[in-house]
Amino acid sequence: MVLGKFRKGLERTRNRISQALKRLAGDQSAEISLEALEEILYTADVGPLAGELLEEVEKKYKKGDFSGTGEMPQFLRQRLSGLVQGPDDQAKPLSRADKGPSVILIVGVNGSGKTTSVAKLVHWYQSHGCQVLVAAGDTFRAAAVEQLTIWCQRLNTELIRAPHGADPAAVAHDAAEAALARKADVLIVDTAGRLHTQKNLMQELEKVSRVISRKIDGAPHEILLVLDATTGQNAVQQARRFQECVPVSGLILAKLDGTAKGGAVLSVGRELKLPVKFVGLGEQLDDFEVFNPQEFVDALLEPQEA
Amino acid sequence: MLENLTQSFGKVLDRFRGPGKLSDEHIAEGLREVRRALLEADVHFKVARDFSKNVGERLKGEERLAGVTGSQQVIHAFHQELVALMQGKGEPANLPKNPGHPMVLLLAGLQGAGKTTTAAKLGLWLRKRQNRKVLLAACDLQRPAAVDQLVALGKQLDVDVHAETPGQPGVDPRSVAERALEAAKKGRYDALVVDSAGRLHVDEPLMAEIASVAEAVQPDATYLVLDSMTGQDAVESARSFSEHLDLFGVILTKLDGDARGGAALSVREVTGRPITFLGVGEKASDLEEFHAERLASRILDMGDVVSLVEKAQEVVDEEEAAQDYMKLMEGRFTFEDLLSQFRMLKKMGSMKKIFGMLPGAGKMSGLLDQVDDREIARMEAIVLSMTAAERLHPEIIDGRRRRRIARGSGMEVSDVNRLLQTFHAMQKQIKSLGRMMKGGGRSKKRLIKQLSRSGQLPPFAPPGRR
Ligand SMILES: Nc1nc2c(ncn2[C@@H]2O[C@H](COP(=O)(O)OP(=O)(O)OP(=O)(O)O)[C@@H](O)[C@H]2O)c(=O)[nH]1
Ligand SMILES: Nc1nc2c(ncn2[C@@H]2O[C@H](COP(=O)(O)OP(=O)(O)OP(=O)(O)O)[C@@H](O)[C@H]2O)c(=O)[nH]1
Ligand SMILES: [Mg+2]
Ligand SMILES: [Mg+2]
Repeated sequence: MVLGKFRKGLERTRNRISQALKRLAGDQSAEISLEALEEILYTADVGPLAGELLEEVEKKYKKGDFSGTGEMPQFLRQRLSGLVQGPDDQAKPLSRADKGPSVILIVGVNGSGKTTSVAKLVHWYQSHGCQVLVAAGDTFRAAAVEQLTIWCQRLNTELIRAPHGADPAAVAHDAAEAALARKADVLIVDTAGRLHTQKNLMQELEKVSRVISRKIDGAPHEILLVLDATTGQNAVQQARRFQECVPVSGLILAKLDGTAKGGAVLSVGRELKLPVKFVGLGEQLDDFEVFNPQEFVDALLEPQEA
Repeated sequence: MLENLTQSFGKVLDRFRGPGKLSDEHIAEGLREVRRALLEADVHFKVARDFSKNVGERLKGEERLAGVTGSQQVIHAFHQELVALMQGKGEPANLPKNPGHPMVLLLAGLQGAGKTTTAAKLGLWLRKRQNRKVLLAACDLQRPAAVDQLVALGKQLDVDVHAETPGQPGVDPRSVAERALEAAKKGRYDALVVDSAGRLHVDEPLMAEIASVAEAVQPDATYLVLDSMTGQDAVESARSFSEHLDLFGVILTKLDGDARGGAALSVREVTGRPITFLGVGEKASDLEEFHAERLASRILDMGDVVSLVEKAQEVVDEEEAAQDYMKLMEGRFTFEDLLSQFRMLKKMGSMKKIFGMLPGAGKMSGLLDQVDDREIARMEAIVLSMTAAERLHPEIIDGRRRRRIARGSGMEVSDVNRLLQTFHAMQKQIKSLGRMMKGGGRSKKRLIKQLSRSGQLPPFAPPGRR
């Protein structure tokens, strides 16, 4: 996982972290250090969880657990990366069907980066030699189908689509049949953005998932929730509500190429035990990488420039 | 009810606190709660810290309010400050008018914030509310089908769109915007809304590009479109956008969800620009004008405390309340007093729920638990059937009067008897309370005031105020 175009590279990041954390663990008084740490955690969107972590660190300080320099940073890195899980196998981040097409359903709130992530995923699968089919399950938003059509043209992949306003479950149904008929390796289903508070739209999503599971055994094999890395504490609520509606199996953390640290996924990870499978690092097809908790945490602990 | 009153007196006597000013302790406690709420709502760490510190400074030396705890008072004061800050100057939705020239609006923001949807919403709003002929300009030439999206929205709304084919020579955001402005002038449009591509605030070439679009069309208003779910990063992006563009206001989107929207406060602080519109859905009509009060309540999410304090302010006047307690303790307790107590309790009744949710309001909520609205209404009906003389001199109420009162209020004589018993018991209790508080009239009154300031006395409605 590279830290995006706008980061100056991982090495430099590591240096800066250790700089900041040395300050934390170094000769300065615990109080000042904890203050600096507090700022780093909160401004990274770690949220209320930051309070708990700070208490932990403070306790350990008082007990004298951090004697040597570097012990506190090490503790923090481990503690944080223990909260958020990556894929069990970095080489195979997504589950596959034993036989027949693997179906990936992409869900999330409005504008989080679903459609772009679909395109990136197609690209990723293609680079692993898979034949991919795509379903334009967003029949609601203006030109959502056109957006995916352009991506699929660029990717040279087939898109199952229906006119604007069609039933998304019907599109999913047709796409599942097409995937079986074409013997595709992978079917990726895009869906319309929906806020987790909208009951009817959440029910619609549940139906899309159900239709797919009826058509193909064990499908959807992955339901990936796309979270926008700039999102704050609402991410937890999003994950909770989507998880209640369909069996979400993992997360894609999009837009991590900006200055947002995406710390809200720590709470999501802790509470819902959802692994982050991929990160989005830009608007292009290859701005997409398998998630690595350690690198994520290191970037998160990097203090904001300013 | 009465036992509770006695109890709270007792407790107060040992927990009696000092002078009638907000203590540093109260302020610190209140601000701690406020700060936690702000951080949960995604207000930027530094904004939350500085803002609560400033409010704390201002609250030093403030007089204590009767009927609420110190920290509740602090939270309320903070809420007021928050509203004031969010309100900003001027009517933000009052878009500038530039006769003979189409008004130009430019939308900018991060990817997926809601710019294109908002462009369509503004188009509709300008036509409906300001009766303008609107042209939309599709200047996002980057995202796949962004132009199609705006064209489709325009078609749905019957609003014209200036669109060009991306990828053709000469089709760049600045040139498209310039040609759109020309078309708007030629076509006698009253307003031009320019959509732009989503961009990261750290992407210097793209930030320079939007600045150049602005330079070309000289917008009357440039809006930063901000997703209300944004976290701490709102500060970083808003700062950069306001450095590159002369922002007029901020449009907050996706407020139909359950995000607290604290980013709005951060952005307000950083840019100094007001929130102008709110996006509350995906439909073009889902655009609202901004209300500071509502958004402040949503961010702080302590509406219960805030309205509690407001009600307490409304119901309790310290001086008068003290007078009433004095009168009570001197034993001149009449049915008139009881009536105003009932009215007071009824007002408070709607607060029962609120009290229940408040930590630290335990004493008062205990009192209110005893309040049964129907029971009060029945007792009140009985008192209302009494003559003025009976209310002031309950001792004249004999058997005949009791029957009359019962008939008049539609109750049984036994109900009237029960009320009279309760009333006498109350009178006695109150007298003994008065004896508990020895000392002259002045010092007694001071003590009562202090007790009620520290939030330990139940508010008592002065007679005649309802
Ligand atoms: N910088 C950056 N931009 C991204 C990333 N992923 C997506 N975007 C941009 O975010 C915007 C929204 O992306 P979409 O893929 O259309 O989002 P969506 O979730 O499908 O949106 P709706 O279907 O409208 O709910 C587009 O401008 C994308 O180019 C990312 O990882 N980094
Ligand atoms: N629920 C809700 N959805 C909204 C609101 N405003 C916009 N959206 C949705 O958010 C998603 C993104 O909106 P767009 O208007 O495409 O966002 P944009 O800023 O133009 O995106 P880019 O051009 O890709 O940067 C779409 O699915 C919209 O329907 C809102 O107020 N409420
Ligand atoms: Mg989409
Ligand atoms: Mg757009």
